[in-house]
Amino acid sequence: MTLSLPTVLRPFVASVRDLAPIIIVIAFFQLVVLQQPIPNLGSLLFGTAMVVVGLTLFVRGLEMGLFPIGESMAYAFARKGSVFWLLAFAFALGFGTTVAEPALIAVAAEASEVAAVGGMIEDSEEARQSYATGLRYTVALSVGFAIVLGVLRILKGWPIQYLIIAGYSGVVMMTAFAPKEIIGIAYDSGGVTTSTITVPLVTALGVGLASSIKGRNPIVDGFGLIAFASLTPMIFVMGYGMVIG
Amino acid sequence: METLQLILDTLLSTLRDVLPIAAILFGFQLLVIRRPIPNLKKVLIGFGYVLLGLTLFLIGLEEALFPLGKLMAEQLTDPAFILGEGVSRVLHWDDYWWVYLFAFAMGFSTTVAEPSLIAVAIKAQEVSGGAISVWGLRTAVAIGVAIGIALGTYRIVSGTPLHYYIIAGYIVVIIQTIYAPKMIVALAYDSGGVTTSTVTVPLVTALGLGLASTVPGRSPMLDGFGLIAFASLFPIMSVMGYAQLSQWRARRNGWRDNVGE
Repeated sequence: MTLSLPTVLRPFVASVRDLAPIIIVIAFFQLVVLQQPIPNLGSLLFGTAMVVVGLTLFVRGLEMGLFPIGESMAYAFARKGSVFWLLAFAFALGFGTTVAEPALIAVAAEASEVAAVGGMIEDSEEARQSYATGLRYTVALSVGFAIVLGVLRILKGWPIQYLIIAGYSGVVMMTAFAPKEIIGIAYDSGGVTTSTITVPLVTALGVGLASSIKGRNPIVDGFGLIAFASLTPMIFVMGYGMVIG
Repeated sequence: METLQLILDTLLSTLRDVLPIAAILFGFQLLVIRRPIPNLKKVLIGFGYVLLGLTLFLIGLEEALFPLGKLMAEQLTDPAFILGEGVSRVLHWDDYWWVYLFAFAMGFSTTVAEPSLIAVAIKAQEVSGGAISVWGLRTAVAIGVAIGIALGTYRIVSGTPLHYYIIAGYIVVIIQTIYAPKMIVALAYDSGGVTTSTVTVPLVTALGLGLASTVPGRSPMLDGFGLIAFASLFPIMSVMGYAQLSQWRARRNGWRDNVGE
């Protein structure tokens, strides 16, 4: 019976398998450690079912839509041979996807509270708003810059580790000079920039470029764009903190 | 009715997030590349799936997992739970071991379910011709995030400065880069960034803020941040470590085979 699982159900089974660890962890801590009944069991089960269906559709859509279009655009740019337009596209992709990122908006709002409490900026609605907006544009600019740099690396075939080490040195140096209040937020902002839709698209772009350029290996050269996108925001945000402070 | 409204609202906000991306893609395709999109219909259906899938996924998280995760983070960091009812004394860092275990387990399980990591792992398996398996990569990254977040919660409890940990982490990453197989390096650097998106960030942030507001002497504003930084640094080490381990085992087996001959 289980051998002839209908094809329609197979992706759902995969999603259930992906989510099982979260459910086990929550159930274990709730029932064994905290020893409390699970509140709203009905809505919990409903929510879990939604997560399963959502994840299944997302992965399916990724393989049908985002991956093919990302790769076909990478091939088209490589054939066109216009470095300017490729870099313009890279910048637009980095900047455009980050400025609207919900996680970043949330972190920027929280960061403006910290700055107001810490006395870095005036404690008024207006000052906070402009600080949060400034932070968002700083991060978006740095991600745009990062994707441009990453695409240039793929074109030129530079080894990734030198660039990353240079980036790390930049982070360490900025840490020494940046105001103390901004450091935690700056370090976190590297992680929040890369959203669920950006990551597949940027990965497809990098891998597509590396496989269409002669002498580049998709596994060695195709990855690394996201690494830049999580490193440059740290440097830029600390810089922003120094300018504001 | 209420559920329907919720689905509609979430769909709209997801659409707003996807719209700039779609505009950039189609704008460049039509104005710069000036070619029709191959399999346009399939791509559009795929976009629809992504949109709908992400919407349902986010609603499910919002409805079910986040409230529970937040509640549990509060309960686990509550001094009444740690010491038992009615006892009161100064808490030490080793009183929080359930918190570290919870942080480890949460880091692992949310990373395994992370949609962007699944996307990168599929791609990596494809281009490496199966040398890097989807499950191998996902497990390696999940272990890295788990260790990172557990250590990050220890940092909040002990109140040590964030940048010492991060700088030490950087040094380890650089040393590993010298010895790790060249194939894995770029992928390992990338896996730091992909782990922290939809699922992990809100749950981990709730844990950090809950911890910083209940541990005496910590300010949620200053000490609550930093867990994401840990979660993006440690997978780099664990993925390179995984590759080094596979290489070492392959070498040892190769050596044995040679001796056997």
